[in-house]
Amino acid sequence: MVTANSELTYNSKIEGDIIVTRADAAINWVRTNSMWPMPMGLACCAIELMASAASRFDIARFGAEVMRFSPRQADCMIVAGTVTYKMAPVVRRIYDQMAAPKWVIAMGACASSGGMYRSYATLQGVDRIVPVDVYVSGCPPRPEALLDALMKLQAKVKREPAASQLLHP
Amino acid sequence: MTTDVDLTTAVSQQFPSALPRASLDCPAFNSSAAEVAAVLKYLRDAQGFDFLTDLTAIDWTAEKSPRFTVIWHLYSSEQHRYVRVAADCTSATEPVMPSVTGLWAGADWHERECYDMFGIIFTGHPDLRRILMWDGYPYFPLRKEFPLAGLPAALPDAEISAETGAGVIAAPMAGGPFVATPGQPMSAAEPRAKDEAWNEHSEKTV
Repeated sequence: MVTANSELTYNSKIEGDIIVTRADAAINWVRTNSMWPMPMGLACCAIELMASAASRFDIARFGAEVMRFSPRQADCMIVAGTVTYKMAPVVRRIYDQMAAPKWVIAMGACASSGGMYRSYATLQGVDRIVPVDVYVSGCPPRPEALLDALMKLQAKVKREPAASQLLHP
Repeated sequence: MTTDVDLTTAVSQQFPSALPRASLDCPAFNSSAAEVAAVLKYLRDAQGFDFLTDLTAIDWTAEKSPRFTVIWHLYSSEQHRYVRVAADCTSATEPVMPSVTGLWAGADWHERECYDMFGIIFTGHPDLRRILMWDGYPYFPLRKEFPLAGLPAALPDAEISAETGAGVIAAPMAGGPFVATPGQPMSAAEPRAKDEAWNEHSEKTV
């Protein structure tokens, strides 16, 4: 589960209707708990991605169940599968269309490094064209691994200096 | 229903230059680039081979002449049997073969793939473009001189290429290619083992 945010404590007996916190903590709390994924499903990893969204694993427990097929509405691109060179510019263009702040999870061996496709047709790691925040090992990774990656990404987002990034982009 | 022997006699009577080709399964014929379109049309119209199951090519390496052979696999949905036809391309540098899209519409994508991978020009094809690789890719990947890892080239999109600085690279093989070697214990045969200097069968030396 997402760890409790110790900076966002609220005791109504002491504070009444007033909450005091840091802007970073409040902004990151909002971002962390509703991270809408852009499912960039390109191969078999996408099947595990679908399983992560289904009832047994239920990515909704982490606030990331709203798969958005429009990049304009997505926060986190999950590159799930083999990225060919023919597809690579499309992946980058979709990433460019996402509104900031945005994050990328490279799901599985192929997206992370080209995997077993050491060939003329396959991009050798999606980090050559988009900045990756979390890499997930596995071929394909189990849904638990993707949930773990999402939690790691949430932990990373919580450490970001969101307020200063907003004020000085 | 005609037997395989009947088919061989019928084809050789119709086309004296179409010789039987060595085959372990279905009847097969060697034809020529000039005549193959007529042979295939005869097989479709007179022998009932109404379905083109596959169309591919062989690269016999640059030293051999003829270098390229195009293969057609036909199936008869009435007689439930196959026939194979092969024809050599006369030129090794600009291999040309007549298109059979007029006989089977399904040949369209097969011929595009064959052009994409081997660079064989199918004359009379309505839209001979690459189908797997992108337009502008400079190589034909299934030719024998082309390495599995690939050769450096530009990305399909110049704008993305300029922004990311990425391009097509020769893939790091990391001890590969990623195939198991037959006749060895699994621990030595699997791709991961080739990447390591040692395993339980060979001591670590460095």
